[in-house]
Amino acid sequence: MGARNSSGLVAYVNARLLDPATGLDTRGALLTNGETIADVGPGLFQGGVPAGMEVVDCRGLCLAPGLVDMRVQLREPGEEHKETLKSAGEAAVAGGVTSMVCLPNTNPVIDEVATVEFVARRARKIGLAKVYPYAAATKRVEGKELAEMGMLAEAGALAFTDGIRAIRNAQVMRRALTYAATFGFLIVQHPEEPSLAEGGMMNEGELATRMGLSGIPVAAEAIMLERDMRLVAITGGRYHAAHVATAEGVEIIRKAKAKGLAVTCDTAPPYFALNELAVKDYRTFAKLSPPLRSETDRQAVVEGLKDGTIDAVASDHSPQDQDSKRVPFAVAEFGGVGLETLLPVTLDLAHNGHMSLIEALRLVTCAPSAILGLAAGRLKVGAAADLVLFDPDRGWKVNAKAFHSKSKNSPFDDRPVQGMVMRTIVDGRTVYKHDA
Amino acid sequence: MTDAAFPHRHLLGIQGLAPSEITSLLDLAEGYVEQNRSSDKRKNLLRGRTVINLFYENSTRTRTSFELAGKRLGADVINMQSAGSSVQKGETLIDTAMTLNAMHLDVLVVRHPDSGAVKLLSEKVNCAVINGGDGSHEHPTQALLDALTIRRRKGKLTGLNVAICGDVRHSRVARSNIYLLNAMGAHVRLIGPRTLLPSGVDRMGVEVFHDMRKGLADVDVIMMLRIQNERMSGNFIPSIREYFHFFGLDREKLGLAKPDAVIMHPGPMNRGVEIDSDVADDVERSLIRSQVEMGVAVRMACLDMLTRGLPQSEGDA
Repeated sequence: MGARNSSGLVAYVNARLLDPATGLDTRGALLTNGETIADVGPGLFQGGVPAGMEVVDCRGLCLAPGLVDMRVQLREPGEEHKETLKSAGEAAVAGGVTSMVCLPNTNPVIDEVATVEFVARRARKIGLAKVYPYAAATKRVEGKELAEMGMLAEAGALAFTDGIRAIRNAQVMRRALTYAATFGFLIVQHPEEPSLAEGGMMNEGELATRMGLSGIPVAAEAIMLERDMRLVAITGGRYHAAHVATAEGVEIIRKAKAKGLAVTCDTAPPYFALNELAVKDYRTFAKLSPPLRSETDRQAVVEGLKDGTIDAVASDHSPQDQDSKRVPFAVAEFGGVGLETLLPVTLDLAHNGHMSLIEALRLVTCAPSAILGLAAGRLKVGAAADLVLFDPDRGWKVNAKAFHSKSKNSPFDDRPVQGMVMRTIVDGRTVYKHDA
Repeated sequence: MTDAAFPHRHLLGIQGLAPSEITSLLDLAEGYVEQNRSSDKRKNLLRGRTVINLFYENSTRTRTSFELAGKRLGADVINMQSAGSSVQKGETLIDTAMTLNAMHLDVLVVRHPDSGAVKLLSEKVNCAVINGGDGSHEHPTQALLDALTIRRRKGKLTGLNVAICGDVRHSRVARSNIYLLNAMGAHVRLIGPRTLLPSGVDRMGVEVFHDMRKGLADVDVIMMLRIQNERMSGNFIPSIREYFHFFGLDREKLGLAKPDAVIMHPGPMNRGVEIDSDVADDVERSLIRSQVEMGVAVRMACLDMLTRGLPQSEGDA
């Protein structure tokens, strides 16, 4: 956060430039001018940096587009004791996230122009990661009447979803897809048949039976996805499935894509890095929605990421305070924080040999931004200088207590990870710097 | 230091107990059966110790059984029902644990409607904890008293065919019994309609039947489970009438088991729902009253065993 010189030019030299959008992976430099990227490439500053520029020596570390997290819950307005736009912003930039898209399940719900503008204005004022709201697909996320999609989009809503609630009524979903298609808007679904998930707390099966907990069958995801694929086919709408977590879910999306439907999906780190065993001993921090599934499902999610069936990775950041989690499993809230572990757990995909570093990075940069029609997530001249500098190999141990997020409910607490954010830049400003 | 025969601080479940540890508890309980039948029922083993029964679910029989067990060992026993207490006023389990710690108790007996809640409490309190039943998870003292009842009648557990019939899905009694009987080498069968047998239960070392006529053949012990109307959150069975017709234990179905097969029920019974009065009251075949008697002895054994590991001065006023 050092003082900048009057020219507003900052030269990031000696970097390993990574741009998943173009496949660029090379030693080089990047120049920012004020809020934008002015130049980038392997040849830049080969003859030295001209005088009058601030110079940041990247010491060979990776300089990449800042992460685009397409699914976070920010809890403001309404549940500021769990997270605020400020604490989420701090958590985001500590995790290398420079753009995040928040769900409308706040109190009040983001289903009116005024709420969309409130979130955008608050986030701009805080000046950390950029916040783009999803707006509700239906009024009050009740799944009954369509929200004012057109006007909400004009106010800045990126896409439409009932967030953590599935749009359960098939007729309502059909109309939402059809109406959204009028404007080319995207509908994002929480793919879970509510009547099968009701009362369920974890993956249905032997472990749930042994623990005496009600399970949610894999079919809850499959049924909703199958239904929605048929609705996409008859409406011609654009559809995105959030946090796909089962082998069957991955297969349904794979087939829909092969048919040419306008379908995309994401998953979240817990679904490719953990399985249902994480809830053993009633660990409520691993009580997630959708639930962690079997090892077979986890492997299928990894395969889906490898073959491109799953387009993106989002943190699915769901802050819950101690009072919501330090209770019996049945009454504990669902969800885990994820902003500060998104990068290292996603990089596990590269470290474990499933894909290259740049392919892993793509899942959290240009891939989600392409789905949402954002310009972010690219190292492009003229684009906003939203960047992350990270050490891909540096190991550390997740310590939820040290998180910037107000809530500490991480399913990854104590996990050894590799990949550390050293500096995060938003609109040319350094907004986070790792201490050591 | 815990006792070598039972190296656990708490009794949270049967899962994880070694067969030798189960046998130690049962052997210890045998002695208490005799003591309870004599005119001098009191022992001062737990003099100065405080036992709290913390019940978040209504219970008469289990709470009374624990209360008697504690008093017969000379402990100060206090019952805390959740109704009307701070628990009902929204105090969290962890706050309750902090309050209990300040009272310096020695043993806490907990019953709770949520699976895993007793374990959560045990992580926060300084005393020994006995699970008096948590959700659909475990009810270890019930399984122990069932085992003692069977052992006294049949002379063994190993090799017996035991059928557990009815609402396995919601039953902590069934789960604890499956673990215990498997550990002791009995053959466990589950019998019930598919809606009452949870997913994956066939991988718990049991044989699953959906027809009483087949499932009861050659069985030594029939354990009937209570149809827990309060927990049937959906329509798991179409009607009581239909349930009794196919899965209720009556004289005719009993005739399919071994001639000396015995009948058990954890209580309270729903007569005419899962069991016919005619067989429930058959003194030759029904061990239901004996189960209640064994319950006190087994709980005395558990209190005895767990307090052996506690520091001597703790709890003295």
